Amino acid sequence: MLKIRDVRKNFGSLEVLRGVDLDVEKGDVVAILGPSGSGKTTFLRCINFLETADRGTMEFDGENYDMSHISRKEIRRIRRKTAFVFQNFNLFLNKTALENVTEGLIVARKIPKAQAVDIGKRALEKVGLSDRCGHYPGQLSGGQQQRVAIARAIAADPEIIFFDEPTSALDPELIGEVLEVMKNLAQEGMTMLVVTHEMNFARNVSTKVMFMEDGQVAEAGGSKEFFENPKGERTREFLRLVNV
Amino acid sequence: MISERLYGILLDSFWKILLPGLKATIPLTVISFSFAMVIAVIMALIQFADIKGLKQLARFYIWVIRGTPLLVQLYVIFYGLPGVGIVLDPFPSAVIVFSLNEGAYGAEIIRAALESVPKGQLEAGYCVGMSYMQIMRRIVLPQALRTAFPSLSNSLIAMVKDTSLAANITVTEMFMATQRIVARTYEPLALYCEVGLIYLIFSTVLTKLQHVGEKRLNFYLSR
Repeated sequence: MLKIRDVRKNFGSLEVLRGVDLDVEKGDVVAILGPSGSGKTTFLRCINFLETADRGTMEFDGENYDMSHISRKEIRRIRRKTAFVFQNFNLFLNKTALENVTEGLIVARKIPKAQAVDIGKRALEKVGLSDRCGHYPGQLSGGQQQRVAIARAIAADPEIIFFDEPTSALDPELIGEVLEVMKNLAQEGMTMLVVTHEMNFARNVSTKVMFMEDGQVAEAGGSKEFFENPKGERTREFLRLVNV
Repeated sequence: MISERLYGILLDSFWKILLPGLKATIPLTVISFSFAMVIAVIMALIQFADIKGLKQLARFYIWVIRGTPLLVQLYVIFYGLPGVGIVLDPFPSAVIVFSLNEGAYGAEIIRAALESVPKGQLEAGYCVGMSYMQIMRRIVLPQALRTAFPSLSNSLIAMVKDTSLAANITVTEMFMATQRIVARTYEPLALYCEVGLIYLIFSTVLTKLQHVGEKRLNFYLSR
């Protein structure tokens, strides 16, 4: 469903991505792991064109794209079928929880307001926040904000959702509620690409793991295989350091 | 201490000063500030969106306006332009100058406020499929205006008082009205204090309005 080849990205003289490949099939939950500065987040941002890659190709939903020379129209076409969950939630601060979910539906997708509100309420119900529709982000806890962000992502009925360290900005006691929502999504068959430091999530929920180091894929494969029988020396060391 | 004569003058002149205040000072302020806000938002957006060419033009405009005295600008438009065949009435001249002047300062306030909105707001908007203009209009600008509101209120209050400079180009606003009464009655201390008091009343009303406005704009910050 999503095939990425040879993504390269420099920030000035710093090579952040040095040829990254990725294959995602429908229903996959791919955990992208790796130490800080290995390029995980940049890779995810390049796939959603929040950064423009210097090189790379993408095959998504049957269409081919050159990631370094992509038009705004093509980007919008891809974004219509994808959703992004940020580390810092990035909820629209001047909109209520429900408005956060419906904003894109109404403004970008031109869905009639009544219908969008319907979809929005169902999405919020799914993340367990039916009673917070009228709250502003500033009135919600971090965990609740991130669940609203996930509701915003699923409301658009995307083919794939990208998660950029969705629990890294949360207090420890709030991480569980967000992971629970993500786990439910995975079980429903949602295709997900998750940059994370949550090893338990990677181990128990994800179907594939991609381990990055120095802007390259150090190891990739099924998650069971990865955790039980890691091949690379660096992978083993990483897993030892994070106590898995 | 206040003689009956002075008391009579003050009472009599209160309305004679307030009336031009209502007929000139306030309309001049309201009209000019409205135009100024339109100019300011446009100039701020041009800079924020980094539109090549137009951005340099905006910077030039702001540089010139902020670098020259308001009084000089009034003289150039009203006394200077007739030299090249452009003759404007006092009131429209004042509106032009005050709009352009405040537009430049307002542009800087709004530009700073736009830059204070977290970049993630824009990115989140892109990710749900919104266009740049949609995000600016619905997400970024409303948040920026909340940030800019106290500073813009400041500017509005300053403008009410600055309109007294329009007396120099023969706009019959409050200050000029006062000057005329002083010329007739020779009571400068009492009368200039009186007009000061009326400006103070105007400013106080605006300060109160600012508090109400801030409360309303901060709706989404309440915890």
